[in-house]
Amino acid sequence: MAQTIAKNLPTVETDTKYDVELHKVFKVYNGETAVRGIDLGIRQGEFFSILGPSGCGKTTTLRLIAGFEEPSAGEVLVRGKSMVGVPPYRRPVNTVFQSYALFGHLTVWDNIAFGLRIKQKSKSDIQRLVGEALHLVKMDSFARRYPAQLSGGQQQRIALARALVNQPTVVLLDEPLGALDLKLRKEMQVELSTLHKELGVTFVMVTHDQEEALSLSDRIAVMNEGRVEQIGTPSEIYDFPKTPFVADFIGETNLFEGYVESVDASLIKVTTQQGLSILVKPTAACNGSTSDPVVVSVRPEKIQVTLDAPGSRINCFEGRLIHTMFLGAHVHYVVQLLSGDRVTIMQPSRVNGSVSAEDTLYIHWAAADGLPLLAQPTSH
Amino acid sequence: MATSAPLPPVPGAHPSTDTVAAKLKRKLVSLVQPTVLLGPAGIWLFLLLVVPTLMILELSLIPGFRPGEPAGAYGLGNYTKIFELIDGQPIYLWVIARSVLFSVGSMLICLFLGFPVAYWIAIMAPKRWQNLLLVSFVLPLWTSSLLRSYAWITILRPTGVLNSLLGVFNLPPVDILNTQTAVMIGLAYNYLPYMVLILYSSLEKLDRRLLEAASDLGATPQQGFWKVTVPQTLPGIAAGCLLVFITNLGDFVVPELLGGASSMTMARLVYNQFLGATRNWGFGSGLSMLLILGVSIAIALLLKYGDQKAEDF
Repeated sequence: MAQTIAKNLPTVETDTKYDVELHKVFKVYNGETAVRGIDLGIRQGEFFSILGPSGCGKTTTLRLIAGFEEPSAGEVLVRGKSMVGVPPYRRPVNTVFQSYALFGHLTVWDNIAFGLRIKQKSKSDIQRLVGEALHLVKMDSFARRYPAQLSGGQQQRIALARALVNQPTVVLLDEPLGALDLKLRKEMQVELSTLHKELGVTFVMVTHDQEEALSLSDRIAVMNEGRVEQIGTPSEIYDFPKTPFVADFIGETNLFEGYVESVDASLIKVTTQQGLSILVKPTAACNGSTSDPVVVSVRPEKIQVTLDAPGSRINCFEGRLIHTMFLGAHVHYVVQLLSGDRVTIMQPSRVNGSVSAEDTLYIHWAAADGLPLLAQPTSH
Repeated sequence: MATSAPLPPVPGAHPSTDTVAAKLKRKLVSLVQPTVLLGPAGIWLFLLLVVPTLMILELSLIPGFRPGEPAGAYGLGNYTKIFELIDGQPIYLWVIARSVLFSVGSMLICLFLGFPVAYWIAIMAPKRWQNLLLVSFVLPLWTSSLLRSYAWITILRPTGVLNSLLGVFNLPPVDILNTQTAVMIGLAYNYLPYMVLILYSSLEKLDRRLLEAASDLGATPQQGFWKVTVPQTLPGIAAGCLLVFITNLGDFVVPELLGGASSMTMARLVYNQFLGATRNWGFGSGLSMLLILGVSIAIALLLKYGDQKAEDF
């Protein structure tokens, strides 16, 4: 059945410029479908992230590439070669595990040398490569330590060195920074990015942290419920989300559900369930036919707040400030509109001119700042 | 109602007296508690382990002491007797060597038979079956080891179950009862469940992600086994081996019932010195002390090795 679907849908072209390709990959565990027909093409040398909430199938996807799982249907290719039936130990990929999975009975040096020894590299090669790898992750002086004597961040570096030293075609990173505290995570993000640029090797990272994905990746695949919702560069994903899920998951946004009331030459008029009339510009994906169910996404930073009615502007609504959160460089406002909708707004913080609670105020945004998205029949 | 009732002492109203009393009470409790908890077993152990061991130690220092005879002067004669040559043979050293050989042999048999079983139960068998499988494997331990050894006699004797079975397949009969082979079989059979239990608990804790990591780094399942599974479970392997070795070294029933005259071991020799014809309690005590020393060294090794490993992980 999956085969017939694969024939009918466009697939990623087989091309050597891709390091990893997934063609209509399905994975079923004990009757539960974790991955539902994924098509991915990961280009040579790119930093590719698979982003999604927990349980969306992103780790399963990574394990399918690593070879710890075999697809129930579909095919995984690495450098154009089918990986069907190829065990993990014969794949040209190496993984940095979320738990690091360092060998507790071996020193840092022996951990890094593990893969090279298996491949029966010469003693002098091992000596040189392990030394280089240790230097690369700035852990030169820790060679004789045991993993248990290292901090989380140090273990992370060793896990990275242990994967990189084998010079794999693709490095797979499973939530590599998930266990680190915020400050260390930021530091390691910079280092990961630097390493990627220096080595030019393809990185595939799984993460649930959208900020991490946005800041590190060349391209991102956003996954939800076993499917890829959108693949694109960070700015494409942020500025032009294709589905309400992506709009909501990446960054913060305000979603207004409704249907298309009328279509003008350059504007769509959307009436929401709460009775608001919103004007948005049509997009290629959503040009609006009358009575289509749509969701309008408006980013918090695109909304302006004023104390006085701003005259005859479009998308202008009256509301009441119910919550203010000071976030340093920005201030978060939550405004309850007369319609009952709650809207989140983000403004740069100013020394004066802040609004206080319970004030009546007006919000408005330009038609170009709202993004119409086709509401999908959701499966949950 | 609340007003008519006598006022309860307000907590913290008299901080000085209160805390002093409380401190005293706590101190008393901290003294009494361990005494009450440990006392009965402590007295038991003291009277039935420490005192007899010290008595044996004293006897071992009286060369050639026999019950009913006046004790001679203290000396090391009982210990030097171990090296005595009888008909040009260091007979007692042979006995010690044989005991060690039996223990090591049975330990190795237990390890090689037990590891696959423990591995299968811990790693390959479905989770919900693991406990049942373990219990069924340990089930023989619930019968007395004496009975189990008698059972082996019926199996191994010339007209026993083993030879009947061999006859069915037209194979020549074997006569292994009262040989060293029979002792090895009996010892390994008796201690295999312990080995499996210890190895299981070690293998069960094995982090499977490490095997995935090994595989990811190019190790075949066999390489992963030797380079990750075995080193990771080494503390368990060491514990299992030492435990089997220690208990085998002191085992009396199996060599006595299955070994015959050719399988004199330290435990049997000690028995003979105390209850046999020679009645040389002094020499028996010396041998006992040697056995205790050997076992203590093994236990010390076990503790040291186990602890070191625990720090490493």
